[in-house]
Amino acid sequence: MKKIVVFCFVALSVFSCSKSGEENTNEAYIPTTVNLEIPTIFQQFLPAPIIPANNPLTQEGIDLGRKLFFDPILSGDGTLSCAGCHIQNNSFTDPRQFSVGIDGSVGTRNSMPIFNVAWNINQKFFWDGRAHSLEDQALDPVENPIEMNNTWDNAVSSLQATSHYPELFKKAFGTSTITKNLVVKAIAQFERTLISGNAPFDRYLMGDTNAVSQSVINGFNVFMDPDKGDCFHCHGSDANPLWTDNIFHNNGLDETFTDKGLGNVTGDPLDFGKFKSPSLRNLAYTAPYMHDGRFETLDEVINHYSEGLVYSETIDPLMKFVAQGGSHLTPEEKTDLKAFLLSLSEDGFTTNPNFQNPN
Amino acid sequence: MKKTYLFLFAVLLLISCNEDNKKDPQFYPITFKFTQNWDGTDFTATNFGQYDYTNLHGETLSITKLRYLISKIILTRTNGETVEIPGYHLVDVSDASTLIFNPDVMVLEGDFNKISFVYGFNEEDNQDGAYQDLNAANWNWPSQLGGGYHFMQLEGKYLDASGAPQPFAYHNGTAKVSEGVFEQNYVSFNFNTDYSINQTGEIEIKMNIAEWFKNPNTWDLNTFNVTLMPNYQAQKMMQENASTVFSIGEITAFNEE
Repeated sequence: MKKIVVFCFVALSVFSCSKSGEENTNEAYIPTTVNLEIPTIFQQFLPAPIIPANNPLTQEGIDLGRKLFFDPILSGDGTLSCAGCHIQNNSFTDPRQFSVGIDGSVGTRNSMPIFNVAWNINQKFFWDGRAHSLEDQALDPVENPIEMNNTWDNAVSSLQATSHYPELFKKAFGTSTITKNLVVKAIAQFERTLISGNAPFDRYLMGDTNAVSQSVINGFNVFMDPDKGDCFHCHGSDANPLWTDNIFHNNGLDETFTDKGLGNVTGDPLDFGKFKSPSLRNLAYTAPYMHDGRFETLDEVINHYSEGLVYSETIDPLMKFVAQGGSHLTPEEKTDLKAFLLSLSEDGFTTNPNFQNPN
Repeated sequence: MKKTYLFLFAVLLLISCNEDNKKDPQFYPITFKFTQNWDGTDFTATNFGQYDYTNLHGETLSITKLRYLISKIILTRTNGETVEIPGYHLVDVSDASTLIFNPDVMVLEGDFNKISFVYGFNEEDNQDGAYQDLNAANWNWPSQLGGGYHFMQLEGKYLDASGAPQPFAYHNGTAKVSEGVFEQNYVSFNFNTDYSINQTGEIEIKMNIAEWFKNPNTWDLNTFNVTLMPNYQAQKMMQENASTVFSIGEITAFNEE
């Protein structure tokens, strides 16, 4: 019986090989597979990046996504690209509190920075988690009336009518017929290459004891102390180099909510006023802070957690000193904490030529 | 020629059927199901945020988060042999998919009389940053407090004497005795229960949340509410109270033919 099974398996294998061989010979073009360059500290502490099986990384896909990211052709009047509100110098966020759409419309949330998105473990994107994949996320801004205010039909037609994009899609995806799904796949591929994991504190954790000052180390201890900063419960640690939990919290900003955040998406009153914890990487470039960009400086952020917490029904229990306004850090602790936070910023990320406008 | 092939095929089928009838020892997948209750009343994600619970000390409370870690599950056969289930499992009550654990193992059929597991990680397994999925889940326990990982995060709000909601964060992990001196704080459970594995089945591991607050230490949330991680007394009381928290619930399908 075993022999028969083995025979059948071999026969099937041969058949299978022949079939795929035929497909390969018919394939006009095979894009070049790309493996992400993963920072050492990520390799040590984090799972593999999330790459959807139906959107593997290829050089042609990444290049196309990069071109699309910086091209205002996706917007209704051809004036606003993704990069218009996600600026590399600012770690792919917007230094303005609220970004401005093509019609002059102003949003109500600060643009989210873009990096390490392949490690968004919960696969919930936006401040309110309304998108469930990076590709899904990229669908939104094109048709959002206060952003690019276009239709996907129009955006795709515009791309199809160019002399160069059909060929670039052919190289990336094997077809010159452009669809919105292929557009967002390409953009998502580019975004997955935006990896930041070589800040001074990363180098310190990897053994370079000269990479940071004593103030930074003191600040890290404030960050990790449950009685002081207690930042680690939402913002990672020396063993979670994402510096976020990718979860949604009410961090004591308001007594009542004009923006319900996650609650807008789930409809659950328990989620009102909850927003996604942002990563603390690259804070040197990502001001203003919070989902609505209400704080212009890191000092204001630290002061909020130290003295400015206010109670609301859904406030996270981890905002444990809310009755006293916060944990009341000393001026020295605040200075050290700020030094530590800034040590998570990577100069090379905002100047990396691979992330610049190729157009 | 065709007839010959048909004959051979029929013979092979018969041989195959005969082999199956010998009933060689079979291996089966195993599933663990995690359920929570408050003194017998089911607790699920739909119960988050509801002030429906009163602990033994008398505080009314609501729960907004419950995550806990189980590791080193071992099934013991009646002949004394053991089957160690590889890996560990982080339960997050807000995520229904985590209430089921399908370990990457096939168990040889047979009769068993014991189930054991560790709540949290034992000393050998509780290594700083060693588990990538738990790091990404932000499950780490600060090295300043002994390192490794949380064992549990039970969070919510309780009503103080004036009826005002106050936060509690019942977080359990390694206990810090003093600066640089730490004490392991996990709990090993051993349950004697007879069961047979002779087909695919499921073992239920139950947590009675109320037990965290009552046995042997009656928990006063007015005293022990937040900043419990560096609090040695609180950590050891949690470990003591853990001893009656878990039980084995239904063991389904295994015993059916």
